[in-house]
Amino acid sequence: MKKIQAFLFSQKIAPYVFILPFIVSLSFFWIYPMYSTINMSFHNIGNGYSEYIGLANYEKLLGDKVFHIAVRNSVIYTIFTLIILIPIPMLCAFLLNSKSVVGKRIYKSIIYLPALVSVVVAGILFRYMFSEMDTGLMNQILNFFGLESKQWLKNWGTGMFALLLLATWRWTGVNTLYFEAGLSSIDEVLYESAKVDGANAWQRFWHITLPLLKPTRIYVTTISIYAGLAMFLESFMIYGSNNSPKNIGLTIVGYLYRRGIEKNDLGYASAVGLVLLIVALSISMVYLVSSGMFKKEAK
Amino acid sequence: MSKNNSNPLSNSSLEIAKVKKDGKNPLVKALINGFFIIMCASVAVPFISGLFASFRPGQMLIRNGLNLNLDFENWSLINYSYLFDGSTGYMDWYKNSLMITIVSVILTLIICYFVAYGFAMYNFKFKNLLFFLVIATMMVPFEILMLPLYKEMISFGLIDTYAGVILPGLVHASTIFFFRQYLSGIPKELLDAGRIDGSSEYGICVRIVMPISKPAFSAMAILSSMGAWNSMLWPLIVLRSAEKFTLPIGLNTLLTPYGNNYDVLVAGSIFSILPLFILYLVFNKYFVEGMTAGAVKG
Repeated sequence: MKKIQAFLFSQKIAPYVFILPFIVSLSFFWIYPMYSTINMSFHNIGNGYSEYIGLANYEKLLGDKVFHIAVRNSVIYTIFTLIILIPIPMLCAFLLNSKSVVGKRIYKSIIYLPALVSVVVAGILFRYMFSEMDTGLMNQILNFFGLESKQWLKNWGTGMFALLLLATWRWTGVNTLYFEAGLSSIDEVLYESAKVDGANAWQRFWHITLPLLKPTRIYVTTISIYAGLAMFLESFMIYGSNNSPKNIGLTIVGYLYRRGIEKNDLGYASAVGLVLLIVALSISMVYLVSSGMFKKEAK
Repeated sequence: MSKNNSNPLSNSSLEIAKVKKDGKNPLVKALINGFFIIMCASVAVPFISGLFASFRPGQMLIRNGLNLNLDFENWSLINYSYLFDGSTGYMDWYKNSLMITIVSVILTLIICYFVAYGFAMYNFKFKNLLFFLVIATMMVPFEILMLPLYKEMISFGLIDTYAGVILPGLVHASTIFFFRQYLSGIPKELLDAGRIDGSSEYGICVRIVMPISKPAFSAMAILSSMGAWNSMLWPLIVLRSAEKFTLPIGLNTLLTPYGNNYDVLVAGSIFSILPLFILYLVFNKYFVEGMTAGAVKG
């Protein structure tokens, strides 16, 4: 008994005891499901039967028009969230750091608030703000500028706008906080000496902040790519279900959910999931390589 | 820094820079503050319009949508009294969500802290490979593993149980990652000092390092509570019976065309934000500090 105790308490064994929960969870909730997804994607699975069909699911995906709509929606949504949710939060963080800002703490706290709200609540609020009635907030704004009311959620462009506005509302604060954290690791002396050399605020931002924020930028961009491509619940809540008119709000995960959970077609849904994984991984890889992430690691 | 100001030129240029810094351009100042005030106002709009709607009859939500209408004529607390009188199961969902959140946050924080401690403080065989796997689990969207996990839960008999909701999310890669970042900033000499004093490896981890990791714990407490309180997709798949629902699923069922519970919908949504708001207000200071302390550097 003593021996076992001494063994478990030795400095050599302790690290394995510490990380044991990770290994257990990894095998049950990650490695096995991962293997299972890959395996299922080569099968036709129904109630009580499972038959190996090779690449047939993937061939079917190639010609699946609804799937193409889902991919297009997800990719466009992701690109726009990147265009909006990287520069704006970066600028916010930079401005918040300047001494001209009066209520720094209050601004920060308020911008972060939407992140506390669940997709469900945010979705419900936005769904009714984008109501097609003249009295809905968005239409009130249009009418105020002399424009006609819109059926926001029934057209692709305006529906996408609603989704993007929801994303902007929820995540600007979070990303600002990430960039703030990144900024705090930049040495203040750099700014001081740039000021002495006569650099204006814009030059300081462009030549000091931007390059030195690179690690944060890479991190935020990568998680944004994953979040964007995996978007599902936002659309689910804004449209009240997984079905939107002409599938204008359908995303890749939405399609996976429809096939896997709603129609119980697990094999085909797994193939959808793996395509999502490949798309997400390859976009991130291209991004990480082109931003020189791996070169830095090698150094 | 040299205190010898023998060079009058550099001294005066420093003076000029100082004057410039103190005497900020008032126009720039107004613009920047105006920018943030407008931003904060737009952030507040959905909350305020939701709050207003929660005091009005539910049909008005369908008829009018949400807006900033300042008409107080129809205001009443009736929606809130529906919430609490037990006619929709809202309070049950609330209790379930509280219970699930508290249990899973406490377990997640403890487990992830231990795992991160193992990665940050020791060198061992396969360390790099295993840590690569931590990163890899962050890189694969959960949604992809959802279906096999669902099958797994069926075979474990965990469908429609709270254990089924809680277990798969307990060991959370980004929480481990964050704790590790934070812990690797702690000097290893502290551990050696503990060892010399006769503490065991686990004693050092719990009694010496844990107390000085408070900022990391509070940052992760808020983030994990947000995750647990707001999570919807996985509970939606695991839970079956209405009395076991969590808040997000419950609220979502109110949205279906079959229910006429729109009266409760917005009031229930607004009221569901409360616990996180309180948590955020209380821990806000530590939260920002903690996030900064463990943030991605270099």
